[in-house]
Amino acid sequence: MEKQIILNPTQLELTVRRLSHELIESHDQFEHTVLVGLQPRGIHLAARLKSQLETILGHQIIVGNLDITFHRDDFRRRETPLLPSITNIDFSIENKQVVLIDDVLYTGRTIRAGLDALLTFGRPSKVELLTLIDRRFRRDLPIQADYVGKTVDTLISERVSVEWKETEGKDQVLLYTKDGK
Amino acid sequence: MKALSVDHLTGIKDLTRSDIELILDTATRFKEVINRPIKKVPSLRDITIANIFFENSTRTRLSFELAEKRLSADTVNFSAASSSVKKGETLTDTVNNILAMKVDMVVMRHPNPGAALFLSKKVKARVINAGDGTHEHPTQALLDAFSIREKLGTLEGKKIAIVGDILHSRVALSNIYCLQKLGAEVMVCGPTTLIPKYISQLGVKVSHNLREALEWCDVANMLRIQLERQDIKFFPSLREYALLFGLNKELLDSLSKEIIVMHPGPINRGVEITSDVADSKQSIILDQVENGVAVRMAAIYLLAAKIER
Repeated sequence: MEKQIILNPTQLELTVRRLSHELIESHDQFEHTVLVGLQPRGIHLAARLKSQLETILGHQIIVGNLDITFHRDDFRRRETPLLPSITNIDFSIENKQVVLIDDVLYTGRTIRAGLDALLTFGRPSKVELLTLIDRRFRRDLPIQADYVGKTVDTLISERVSVEWKETEGKDQVLLYTKDGK
Repeated sequence: MKALSVDHLTGIKDLTRSDIELILDTATRFKEVINRPIKKVPSLRDITIANIFFENSTRTRLSFELAEKRLSADTVNFSAASSSVKKGETLTDTVNNILAMKVDMVVMRHPNPGAALFLSKKVKARVINAGDGTHEHPTQALLDAFSIREKLGTLEGKKIAIVGDILHSRVALSNIYCLQKLGAEVMVCGPTTLIPKYISQLGVKVSHNLREALEWCDVANMLRIQLERQDIKFFPSLREYALLFGLNKELLDSLSKEIIVMHPGPINRGVEITSDVADSKQSIILDQVENGVAVRMAAIYLLAAKIER
């Protein structure tokens, strides 16, 4: 596997900061807006956005984590069962504007499952999608993001990996390419 | 990612510690699901499950059915009283006829020990044992372990006393296997006639004194006296049993530490446990019932993953 850096630590920080400002443009003081990070990888981005937004706005932002395992469409199509992560949404999303957050938007299937899972918690007034990396031209479903960190063109054989200081030791986004391609 | 090491859930004896932990961890997630405004997930919408009960049950049957419905599985129910079993059909034939209607999983309760294991070897569907005679009742043991873990954080090194009719109890046997595999110590307590002779070979302590057992344990699981399985008299009278082996508030309050009280239900109030104990804050009897649905969802979910497409 050959790897190529898509975003280095500085660029990643800038991108997160830009996304925060874009969110403030449309959600002002976040009175009626909550952030929901998708498990397992979207929650780190959600946590970053939360701390960035709180620094800028000077007040608390509500963030939840949502696991979508039980709503996926590939149950029994894999060798081993899909194991769930923790969901903690201890607030009401009824009539709220919800921003779903994930690290990579690829086929759109995760987001489809995320929407289904989200709606079991109530009826939000609006749902938006924020993603750090958009692998465009690779969608299986008609789903697009409202806020995008960076758009990349990739092959199916390639893999995009978003790494965080908390989990991998370094903030960066990498593109892995199979040798010889 | 992990998967269960077994294809059927016929008894705790066949499970490894990591199987049990996988089920309990998955159940934690399902407990969160059943506390959502919409308590349902679509995972098993292409699966059909038959609940076959050759013996009476309220709690277990309802619990399984709710678990199945909350996973979006289709369910059919069958009870022996209203079936062709009365006309002389064999167990294998009955079940194969049900499976011919494209059923993927069978949840069965049967009065004969080993019935679930027998069935799992004869039919193509996944089998879950919902109690086979005096043998095993795996999902009850799993939900008991889940409830204790939820309350105490872990089972490692904890002391659990199982009190009452050990001889006729499938809950006791499944509990012993399950608790021991999770690192807990187990003591059984009851009148000599209701304790199987060689039970200490399973590595459990035996006591015939309720106070001694309660002083020793962190958790007391009070079992029901199964009068329907007792063809001879095992003790002089229910009143004497209640006096010697019944848990009342006075005894509970006189102990040197606060213990947790469990009961698999149905309760004979005033026999193995008095009402004020059953309804006290030390009792987690209703938590056990709630957890039962989550644990059964986890077991069904993990077994369903093994159904071939």
